[in-house]
Amino acid sequence: MKRDSSRVALTGNEAGALAMKQVRPDVVAGYPITPQTELMQQFAKYVADGDVATDLVLVESEHSAMSAVIGASATGVRAMTATSANGLALMWEMLYIAAGYRLPISTMLVSRSLGGPINIHCDHSDAMGMRDTGWIMLFAETAQEAYDNGIMATRIAEHDSVRTPVMTVQDGFITSHTTQVLSVLTDDQVTRFVGVYRPERSLSNFEQPMTYGSIVLPDYYMDIKRQQADAMVNAPRFIDQVSEEYAELSGRRYDPIELYRMDDAQVALVVLGSAAGTAKDAIDIMRERGVAVGLLKVRMFRPFPHVEVAEALSRTRAICVMDRSLAMGAPMGALAQDVATSLVTGRRVPPMYNAVYGLGGRDITIEDFQGVIEEAAEVAVTGAPKAAVRYVGLRGNEE
Amino acid sequence: MTVEKRHAIQPYVDPGQRGTHTAGGWRWQDRWRDLPPGGTVPVGGTSTHYLTGGWRSDRPVFDANACSHCLLCWVFCPDAAIELDDGKVTGVAYDYCKGCGICAYECPKQGAMTMEPDTTAPDNGEAAI
Repeated sequence: MKRDSSRVALTGNEAGALAMKQVRPDVVAGYPITPQTELMQQFAKYVADGDVATDLVLVESEHSAMSAVIGASATGVRAMTATSANGLALMWEMLYIAAGYRLPISTMLVSRSLGGPINIHCDHSDAMGMRDTGWIMLFAETAQEAYDNGIMATRIAEHDSVRTPVMTVQDGFITSHTTQVLSVLTDDQVTRFVGVYRPERSLSNFEQPMTYGSIVLPDYYMDIKRQQADAMVNAPRFIDQVSEEYAELSGRRYDPIELYRMDDAQVALVVLGSAAGTAKDAIDIMRERGVAVGLLKVRMFRPFPHVEVAEALSRTRAICVMDRSLAMGAPMGALAQDVATSLVTGRRVPPMYNAVYGLGGRDITIEDFQGVIEEAAEVAVTGAPKAAVRYVGLRGNEE
Repeated sequence: MTVEKRHAIQPYVDPGQRGTHTAGGWRWQDRWRDLPPGGTVPVGGTSTHYLTGGWRSDRPVFDANACSHCLLCWVFCPDAAIELDDGKVTGVAYDYCKGCGICAYECPKQGAMTMEPDTTAPDNGEAAI
């Protein structure tokens, strides 16, 4: 049997590190934090072995990591980093700076809860904390998607009409530390796909001196932010172009949302990240029992594909949006808020509620999803959710 | 008028009917779309267009007769606003002097550099961006 060298078994972290190596960034800043550590460790090995000529800067904190890649990117080179949870939180003010300066940095987030109490396992509280910072955010269900997003991110961020940093997100431990089989491209294929990065203007273009980081006061600030908002609104068009090119190269086509058995669905689940895989299995079981249920997986969380989401959900009779984080004090979780807003701007608003699951890495099983689907199917009949927010897998009764 | 309309960006107006801004050799029409992305300053040397003398409330007054030309004022001035000619102090660049008074404080000679209330500071000029 002929061995297919493009099929490999990698953890999500290894897949991320391979994507990073193949993109061949000029500068990478690294600082360890679980569960991302293994990704940067693997990348550091590539550098140490001479597989990639990246200038790997080992910094003293994540604030410094993001600052270092901002500085590098402003000089006109390709810069990347990776982090998790509290590390991302420590980058927070610099995330706004990276996006506000329109620097095409790509970063890999291995999602983990922010605590406290301290917890190192997966939820999306880190990712949701950065949702308004102005970064494009792509969520991966599998190691394959994490790998593909990691390569596409560079092209998306550097697109002349986008010029916006991209965060690619995979679920901590669930994706990052489990070995999965995936198809990878050759180094040459990725080199050709990402191309050479030659920004028109940068700090190292001495023929045309320029300034990053000047103070912009009330007379211009709002106009600059309006431009940034515009770039985000227009980004999907260009993200689609990059996806199309990537599909021609890899055979894998990614859209802002993925629909699973939604054609005739009366009940819809909406999920981000790795839980989508478990949801699909549960949906198959419930379909066999006659429940017309489907899944909407949001792949591109920022910019939020509100038109596509509203269109896909408008014909359903009940929607359960599943959040892997809490928006404390808000009526619903972060994903549910965006879905609700999308529905309001769409044609019809079906009964909708929020289910919170998987905080701090709490497992969500096929059986848990079956329970969620059963409850959502009741809502499709009654039209009235039991509460705005339900919690999946709690000890004892929810009440 | 609907809320949406009140907050909408103003429709495009022919540049001939609107003001244009310049900074250095860079020109752009007065529209948010055409500003340099990220609030970057797309040309060098634009700080010369920003007359920081407008920040001043007191001005240093230079008296050449009392001056020993020790150049302490020139050394200490944080804005390089002390003007020299052939190693001798000739005056103050009032377009850029912010009136901090460090020159007068450091001056060892009585009356060579004296701070006085200023009502004639220039206006800020064009913003650098």
